[in-house]
Amino acid sequence: MTTTLPPFDDVVARFEPVIGLETHVELGTRTKMFCGCMTDFGSEPNTQICPVCLGLPGSLPVANKAAIEATIRIGLALNCSIASWCRFARKNYFYPDMPKDYQISQYDEPLCFEGYLDITSEGQSYRIGIERVHLEEDTGKTLHVGGATGRIHGATHSLVDYNRAGIPLVEIVTKPVPGIGAKAPEVAKAYVTELRNLVRGLGVSDVRMEQGSLRCDVNTALNLPGADWGTRTETKNVNSLRSVERAVRSEMIRQASVLDGGGRIVQETRHFHEDTGVTTSGRSKEEATDYRYFPEPDLVPLAPDASWVEELRATLPETPSVRRGRLQEAWGVSDHDMDSIANAGAVELIVATIEAGASSEAARKWWLGELARRANETGTELDALPITPAQVAAVAALVDAGRVNDKLARQVLEGVLAGEGDPEAVVVSRGLEVVSDTGALGAAVDEAIAANPDVAQKIREGKVAAAGALVGAVMKTTRGQADAKVVRDLILERLS
Amino acid sequence: MSELISLTAAETAAKISAGEVSAREVAQAHLDRIGAVDDRIQAFLRVDTAGALKAADAVDQAKAKGEQLGPLAGVPLALKDVVVTNGLETTSGSKILSGWIPPYDATITTRMREAGIVILGKTNMDEFAMGSSTENSAFATTHNPWDLDRTPGGSSGGSSAAVASYEAPLAIGTDTGGSIRQPAAVTGIVGHKPTYGSVSRYGLIAFSSSLDQAGPFGRTVLDAALLHEVIAGHDPCDSTSLDVPVAPVVAAAREGANGDLAGLTVGIVRELGGEGYESGVTAAFTDAAQRLEAMGAKVVEVSCPHFGYALAAYYLIAPSEASSNLARFDSVRYGLRVGDDGARSLEEVMSLTREAGFGPEVKRRIMIGTYALSSGYYDAYYGQAQKVRTLISRDFADAFQTCDVLISPATPTVAFRLGERVDDPMAMYAADLCTLPASLAGVPAISVPCGLSAGLPVGLQVMAPALADDRCYRVAAAVEASYGAPLIASAPAL
Repeated sequence: MTTTLPPFDDVVARFEPVIGLETHVELGTRTKMFCGCMTDFGSEPNTQICPVCLGLPGSLPVANKAAIEATIRIGLALNCSIASWCRFARKNYFYPDMPKDYQISQYDEPLCFEGYLDITSEGQSYRIGIERVHLEEDTGKTLHVGGATGRIHGATHSLVDYNRAGIPLVEIVTKPVPGIGAKAPEVAKAYVTELRNLVRGLGVSDVRMEQGSLRCDVNTALNLPGADWGTRTETKNVNSLRSVERAVRSEMIRQASVLDGGGRIVQETRHFHEDTGVTTSGRSKEEATDYRYFPEPDLVPLAPDASWVEELRATLPETPSVRRGRLQEAWGVSDHDMDSIANAGAVELIVATIEAGASSEAARKWWLGELARRANETGTELDALPITPAQVAAVAALVDAGRVNDKLARQVLEGVLAGEGDPEAVVVSRGLEVVSDTGALGAAVDEAIAANPDVAQKIREGKVAAAGALVGAVMKTTRGQADAKVVRDLILERLS
Repeated sequence: MSELISLTAAETAAKISAGEVSAREVAQAHLDRIGAVDDRIQAFLRVDTAGALKAADAVDQAKAKGEQLGPLAGVPLALKDVVVTNGLETTSGSKILSGWIPPYDATITTRMREAGIVILGKTNMDEFAMGSSTENSAFATTHNPWDLDRTPGGSSGGSSAAVASYEAPLAIGTDTGGSIRQPAAVTGIVGHKPTYGSVSRYGLIAFSSSLDQAGPFGRTVLDAALLHEVIAGHDPCDSTSLDVPVAPVVAAAREGANGDLAGLTVGIVRELGGEGYESGVTAAFTDAAQRLEAMGAKVVEVSCPHFGYALAAYYLIAPSEASSNLARFDSVRYGLRVGDDGARSLEEVMSLTREAGFGPEVKRRIMIGTYALSSGYYDAYYGQAQKVRTLISRDFADAFQTCDVLISPATPTVAFRLGERVDDPMAMYAADLCTLPASLAGVPAISVPCGLSAGLPVGLQVMAPALADDRCYRVAAAVEASYGAPLIASAPAL
């Protein structure tokens, strides 16, 4: 395409996007979905296989209860209804990494349906509708050998590793998300981030995008304001949180460019390229396979009874958003401040600092103030700073005890970050303790009065507020280590 | 004919257990019989002489050590080639699996081995169990020992012919729409299709998963019952396997042999008879019904109005499931590979392999099934067929309100001539007319010989409610007893 791509701001000024996300989560069950093979990542090729996951003639699947449990827990955490009766279905298509040439999946009877996930992005809350959560089996992996790029084109032969074949996979499908305009890329990213945190919190998957245990397909469509929704494309190969955002943005721009040129959007699968940040056409839906879904006759229907579902509901940890709401109330902060805390990735750090003895005010103050500034300067995440919540709590305790003031406390933090040891050790080695001994401070006070006769005169005349200037002078000569309150008392005592 | 091969399975086991004969002698006698007649019968695709003798020796050693032998220990058996055997080639009658050596045993194979049953070899069958004459085998045509120009039925025709020609006292068949009962009927032996879910399907090469069920063949009802009890029972490797006690079929067979059916209500299914049924078959069936009445049963006529739709429903459901079950034969992991010359694409190699590896009937059913499951046609074909299936189940439920068992001829005709129906699929399909309803409803049904028509055997089908397999055996044993000796004894010598 030779046309120049329109800028994103221009695209969202003229078009409205509708996005949708299909996320696959590989469950961390010990064994596969339909057989007893192990699921360890990174084993030698074709060592975790048996007649069942190889689809040998005569073999039969038996559903893994732990995987069904994990799926129901994900569904419950996403506020879904749990089907009281549902079935697996066969999705038929020929592919060499699929041992049976059909995938056992679910079709019109998913295990979980009709839920939602609340997310926040840039201070704004969104409720993303969940269409369905269903359970299926993963395929093997094909490795193309002999070509330049590892792609099928130019390869001399292909190798298939069936270790992954039959690993349980949960597919989570959102409802279409309209009305988010220019925020679409960020909302998509925030959704996947929140979903990842939620699944991780449930302990059912390690949800690592780089290892493929969390995979995301992004559906994007554009329409003119007031018009019907546009034709959607499905972008695959989106392998990081950042790519989710980039893929939506890039696909919106591409579609706008096609529409601007008088073209139409073809319903198709597209591939996102991490290196160039653009999507390219894959297989078109118009030539797509008819999957010929039908109920899997080798498996009995799933009928989770209500009491089992309730037992599983009782095992759910707090969802990240509920937890945030509860903490917000406990800490007494505004929505805006809470979003800042969440966006800074400071929620759990603050919780841990409070648990280590700090007040919530102090914990927030240090993490969002001095420490956030330091993280920003060094370009790292807060939780990557070389300081623990317990150390931050120890600094707060030094302040509370009056042993250091805020200015000294910042120096203590600096020392801890520099690897000089715990706060107590830094105070000692750097000699940062506040001086509050009136005898030791008296000389400095006298010196300040002598050096600032004008100010001293004003105080004598009753302008007590002017004492601040003399306190500042004393602090300066004591390199900030004087106890300001004691200094002020000494000044007023001498000049009254 | 050696005396050893004419014994029943029960008698053979008793003699081995009593030390009157060794399992090895029994196995050798049957291997000799196979050597003598199988070039004419062609029941076996492969005979596992070494494996059979080794299994027999193991029984003899157990006996020598004073171990208690099971009720069928040392009894030889012919195994349909649809059942997977570890280390022994298994083809399901198809060229596409030619040379495939399974690395595992089917659950029923394991159970039979553990019971000391001696597997003689693998028997011929219609390719992937699709057919009613065994003529769809990719490898051989099996002949009916009653008349070598006629079919032994199908798809388990190798197994039925092996038992009927005294090559083995027992055999395993599988029945999807009648593939045990119809071959049993036309070869004058006993064959039972158990309740769906009562015998594990793990290791049966799938044709139609919701219908396939393995079951026993024997020359007597008791022999079939003894084998039934070995193979039946819950299997955690088969999700559709029922976790319920096995019906007491051996006890039922013994009880039925007393010939007392007082208190039993037998329903004759009106829709499974009349026009289109050979007069000799109808006569033998009527005679059998009178025998039941004479033994004290109350015989009534019942109507199952939806049975007439069974054939149409079956030929949508079974091919639909088959089209998916047979997808895995793609040349990638095992079996035949055609055209892999380094220049052709994977898709081309898959196509060429399937083109060369599947026979015409298999291709026909894959096409029908693929069509029936296609988007836009699913509701009209597969969906509708499943509704008919439900209606047929209701017909059974209604009939079993008043009847303990239902009876019909097992087949509309006696064994037809080889070649007679191969070019007419609809005529071939009609051979399963009587057996399809029980398959679709998942209920148990047995075929027991009930006389001859023009010198060829006729089978009586006895159907019972799900899990009441014992009723089939009880009634069948009573019918058998009413003839004094099994009808197979009147078969012409080979």
